[in-house]
Amino acid sequence: MSHRPPPPHTDPHASPHEGEGHGGSHGDDDHHPHVVPLRLLVGVFVALLFLTWATVAIVEVDLGAFNVWAALLIAFAKAVLVALYFMHLRWDSPYNSLVLIAALLFVVLFLGITIVDTLQYQPRLDIWQTGN
Amino acid sequence: MNQQPPSHRDDAHGDGHGHHDPNLAHHFDTPRQQFDAAKVGMWVFLATEILMFGGLFCAYAVWRSNHPEVFLAAHHELSIPKGLINTILLITSSFTMAWAVRAAQLNQQRLMVILLSLTMAGGCGFLVVKYFEYEEKYDHRLWVGVGNLFNPAYEDAEADEQAEEDAQQQEQQAEPDGDVNGENAEAADADDENANDQDAEGAENEEAADEQQRGPPVIRFDDDAPDVVELDGPMWGTGPQGVREEVLEGERPRTERAPKPDIDALPAGVKEKRLHQFFQIYFLMTGLHTLHVIIGIGLILWITLRGAAGAFGPRYYTPVDLVGLYWHLVDLIWIFLFPLLYLIH
Repeated sequence: MSHRPPPPHTDPHASPHEGEGHGGSHGDDDHHPHVVPLRLLVGVFVALLFLTWATVAIVEVDLGAFNVWAALLIAFAKAVLVALYFMHLRWDSPYNSLVLIAALLFVVLFLGITIVDTLQYQPRLDIWQTGN
Repeated sequence: MNQQPPSHRDDAHGDGHGHHDPNLAHHFDTPRQQFDAAKVGMWVFLATEILMFGGLFCAYAVWRSNHPEVFLAAHHELSIPKGLINTILLITSSFTMAWAVRAAQLNQQRLMVILLSLTMAGGCGFLVVKYFEYEEKYDHRLWVGVGNLFNPAYEDAEADEQAEEDAQQQEQQAEPDGDVNGENAEAADADDENANDQDAEGAENEEAADEQQRGPPVIRFDDDAPDVVELDGPMWGTGPQGVREEVLEGERPRTERAPKPDIDALPAGVKEKRLHQFFQIYFLMTGLHTLHVIIGIGLILWITLRGAAGAFGPRYYTPVDLVGLYWHLVDLIWIFLFPLLYLIH
């Protein structure tokens, strides 16, 4: 989605040079916010609703083991939309995105190692529980 | 700093501070620097939130990868329409929140307050739906902990509860002149017994109720396992889930709640005794998330009131932005919870 300049408005403090479309990463003396265009917000909202419909619809389709990955993929796409546009990361300092990505990496690390570990001992645990 | 903020707050600061921006702390050079610092701080907080939920997602992943059949069987008890309504409510309120930040940036004061109120309404709607969901779980005896039908400790808890109810009934019956209208002769007996000993009422009632309220066997935990299986090594001494050492074969107390879920309809191979773990994970994850929704509503109420008083505008909208980030994170977590808990193929 391309970045549109904010629509004209009456406020005198929303400066003229923010219309140049570079987001809020310049103009250090004063705080001129980057304003997300309303049409972009609506577009993201509609896309989120569509993806919600998709995630419900895909349950009916048998994709085997891929079903859970499809659900996660759709959820991830929705999360990216929310983070980039609603949470403004697209126009923010990359440092904020770095904080988020670092947190997610650690969650993945945590999950991955735990899963590897549990898959190692679960078969024995099952044997122990069922006596087979 | 030669431009005055549009709000009236500057008037109060006319003394000695010159043209200093009232919202700019002294240790920041510019409003922009202050805003960026606040935002990084908020993101670090959100990272800790993600890590906290990450632990629960980890528990979920471990259970689901080891017992997919349990998740498949148990998720039918969750209501997809209710989950879907809640998803749409949260996405919509996330949208109005993002729009409210925009309105603050553009100094559209009235619109901002309206949008924040709509966001709050969305959150409250979420709570209402969640209430009905939890109530349904309670009615179906799929509640937390020992309130869950599939929990091996459930039977005792149910009996206790029944005993409590009986005790209350007996108290009520005992009051009008000892006039016991006996639907149940045994209940009258229990009442008489307890009338003698008012101090130790509770304990006696429990026993009496325990005996009298046993109905015909309803559930049989199909468990061919030997009582104890010897395995090598000390680490196998006590299992994480514990072993059901006796076959549960028994009567359950009759209650007047909604009918139980059809346990016989469970697909073969599903261990009933593991089903309650799904509900514990469900309640822990959605419960913590719901707590965040409640906190979020409180925060939005706070900035709505401040916003209505004219505190925010293009020069200063940091609280709106940061509360917005929090609200979006709540939405993000639900985006993952909904398919993972409700939509299992």
